[in-house]
Amino acid sequence: MAGGAASGGSATTDTYKDARGWLLMPAWSVLLVLSLAPVFMMLVYSFLTKEFRGGVIWEFSLAAYDQFFFDRGLFGDDPPVIEWTYLTIFWRSIWQAGAATILSLLIGFPTAYYIATRPENVRPVWLFLITIPYWVNLLIRTVSMKFLLRDQGPLNDLLMSTGLISEPIHIINTNLAVQLGLFYSYLPFMVLPIYAAVERYNFALSEAAADLYANKWVTLRRVLLPAVKPGVVAGCILVFVPSLGAFLAPDLLGGAKNFMIGSLIEEQFKGNAGNWPFGAAASMVLLTMVLIILLICARQQSKAGKEV
Amino acid sequence: MNDETLSAVDVRDAVKRYGDFTALKTISLSIKDNEFFTLLGPSGCGKTTLLRMIAGFEDVTEGAIFLYGDEIENLPPHQRPVNTVFQNYALFPQMTILDNVAFGVEMRGNSKAEARRRAGEMLELVQLSQFSSRKPSQLSGGQQQRVALARALAPEPKVLLLDEPLSALDLKLRKAMQLELKHLQRETGITFIFVTHDQEEALTMSDRIAVMSAGELQQLGAPTDIYERPHNMFVADFIGETNLLEVSVDKIAQGRATCHLGGGHELTCNQVDDIGVGAKVHMSIRPERLFMSDIPAEAESLKGTVKENIFAGTDITTIVALAEGPDFIVRTSNSDRGNKRIFEPGTEMYVNMEMGAGRLLVD
Amino acid sequence: MATPGNDIKSYPGFRFITIACLIILYAPLVVVTIYSFNASKSITVWEGLSLHWYADVFTGPDSGKFKLAARNSFVIAIIAASVSTAIATLAATAMVRGGQFKLRTVSFGLISLPLMVPEIVTAVATLIFFNAIGFDRGLMTILVAHIAFCIPFAYLPISARMQGIEDTYEQAAMDLYATKRQAFTKILMPLMMPGIISGFLLAFIVSLDDFIITNFVKGAGVETLPTAIFGSVKQGIKPNIMAISTMLLGLSIVMVTISYFVSKTDNTK
Repeated sequence: MAGGAASGGSATTDTYKDARGWLLMPAWSVLLVLSLAPVFMMLVYSFLTKEFRGGVIWEFSLAAYDQFFFDRGLFGDDPPVIEWTYLTIFWRSIWQAGAATILSLLIGFPTAYYIATRPENVRPVWLFLITIPYWVNLLIRTVSMKFLLRDQGPLNDLLMSTGLISEPIHIINTNLAVQLGLFYSYLPFMVLPIYAAVERYNFALSEAAADLYANKWVTLRRVLLPAVKPGVVAGCILVFVPSLGAFLAPDLLGGAKNFMIGSLIEEQFKGNAGNWPFGAAASMVLLTMVLIILLICARQQSKAGKEV
Repeated sequence: MNDETLSAVDVRDAVKRYGDFTALKTISLSIKDNEFFTLLGPSGCGKTTLLRMIAGFEDVTEGAIFLYGDEIENLPPHQRPVNTVFQNYALFPQMTILDNVAFGVEMRGNSKAEARRRAGEMLELVQLSQFSSRKPSQLSGGQQQRVALARALAPEPKVLLLDEPLSALDLKLRKAMQLELKHLQRETGITFIFVTHDQEEALTMSDRIAVMSAGELQQLGAPTDIYERPHNMFVADFIGETNLLEVSVDKIAQGRATCHLGGGHELTCNQVDDIGVGAKVHMSIRPERLFMSDIPAEAESLKGTVKENIFAGTDITTIVALAEGPDFIVRTSNSDRGNKRIFEPGTEMYVNMEMGAGRLLVD
Repeated sequence: MATPGNDIKSYPGFRFITIACLIILYAPLVVVTIYSFNASKSITVWEGLSLHWYADVFTGPDSGKFKLAARNSFVIAIIAASVSTAIATLAATAMVRGGQFKLRTVSFGLISLPLMVPEIVTAVATLIFFNAIGFDRGLMTILVAHIAFCIPFAYLPISARMQGIEDTYEQAAMDLYATKRQAFTKILMPLMMPGIISGFLLAFIVSLDDFIITNFVKGAGVETLPTAIFGSVKQGIKPNIMAISTMLLGLSIVMVTISYFVSKTDNTK
């Protein structure tokens, strides 16, 4: 994950330094073979020729990337123009993930702050309450959300019975439903790092600001926020990155109009499209985007760490 | 070994480097059998490093360590017949007190029953038998300390290493434990190597003290030696309180040196081997070896004005601005008030040194 | 008494947002739990309390499919969690007790790789990898993929726990004539146990819950609970799905609660 954990923790002693090769071997072998090698295979596959009912033909081809970025007309012989179909899907994904991140921040920051300023003995209980839903199966949570938000679902029933609305609000299969779903999926990732940062924050700084005539909101903006910024940035990444490649929320809550990258990729392997090299290429584009975001943030965080 | 008595621990030209940083600079010292030996110095002086090298937790970069004649510096900790009382005790939290104390005996190849029997004996020795089935967290700091001691003594080590074991205790308990440790060492006859930064503790408990600073041995000797005859500036300053005067040496004769202060005032004092005529050095005088009078006494006298008297229970500390030199501290014991005088602040008077109180120091 | 408005730490509205946040988080789960006890065949109409749909899960027309999927899910989760916890424990020992070494940062990057790569990418990559080496898709492929994916989840609580254990305990053990191996098994392991247990439980939940990777690497006709539920939901939410969901939900909450209390037991004090 991003943030403080990126260094792997600095506290280390060397009691078992003679054995560390053996101790790390299982982890290395499993992860090299099952995490790193597959990513390279995926890169290779993105440059192969597609087989029609799934799979690949071992022949070098740029067709996957060409299809992703360029439109050559129905018969493939027009001069290439930029293909907007997939870029639009990517753009929509970024937009949806961004909206979900902002939603999570708007709710997650006050929540994290509120928890971090509770008495020390009740903080773990609050945190526990916030994290429990995360450990409930994501599929079940998304299905529950779908059930709740349906046109004839309990939420609309409740609102209609109170007389607030006369017609059911149509939420399901809208952008808002997807954003709510993503927010619901990853909210604890926003709360936890911000909580950690606020808990470490020295409130004497806020008192000093108040003493020097700053009101609460100025104090929040000029003193507290800069101090807890690393936590906020970490939280935003931890929500944005998985939202970008999410599959369940857009698939179950978004419907066909709100297609995101996850569904595009899934369709190449599981659905009727069945174009493996194209799916691999789309995955590579997604992975590259994510790694760039992580690198930028890692660099910023290590810079910030040096300044302190 | 050609000595009739073998040293308990012999450290020969030991060096410890961490990369570019040298923690210990070529230390050699011999610790005698049955001795209560203390490594004393400020934090970062290398005393704990040296102790951990003897225990086997730190590699020796250069040099050798002998334990009763056997070279041990390449043995892993579990093959060295020395045990440690750790600073934070390191009692195994998941085990009972009895199992903690039995651990080392069992690991040495004894049966569980034998280990427990021995552990029971040790707990009796430190008067904690009634707690044997408790967990370490259920004991007070002082009790944990005694368990740690019992655990380290149970396997009958040849040398016991103690790494600032009293630092976590409050003052009263610490004083009591100092005595208890000293008695335990006498009773068991085991060589103790004790690490502390507390000079008073070191003076109270030790047969001999090695004062260390910046990875070097500064002085090795009995407590009285170290206190009365500090060898250099560091030792004089670190052990107890002292007054320092900058002097130039004019003449050396019959073991005594004649020197003068910057303003020309002449003083004589005991000579130190490595100092020759013409040297500009410091003279150290302990505050309790000074007394005050309204006329110069028949001793080395320095004129001054009283700035402040500070009452501190058993004694009174007077701060004096010398006419020629820095401020001096004079300590007068309350029991001496009959024959020693105290002056009000602002009074001009003389500060006098007892015979042989001044001592020249190597820088 | 200070009025709340003067408390430098408190901001108006934050408490309200926190409570709203909890309501948003729990409302869907509570609603599904309630409706799983609905007697009605329709998911829209409430017809009173009943355990009908729970009985349906075990005896109804779909019960065979769900029982098999549940068995697959649990077998995979137990094996994947055990193996990944063992691997993570060894790795954590090297990382936290192995001193500084050149490959330490790289090792940490490798261990956390499954957390940084989007799950769908991991799923695609793993599927392609199995395809490239000609590994037939089935239960085995799911298991192997889960082991890799669970390692970081097991690793984090174990290494956090280990960092909290001072190394003087092992040193004291070795000083008392224990070998390094004995110091590990007799002293370090018991102290790490809370971390190992919570690592195992988290890995277990992660494996049990995984949908995306499983969906990609499973063979045709092989189902785990999440893929079976997904397949069912695609044809509309039925009450028996809500009963299954409620049971899984309860299980997750129980396991996380255990993990929480185990990791809170501080046996170093």
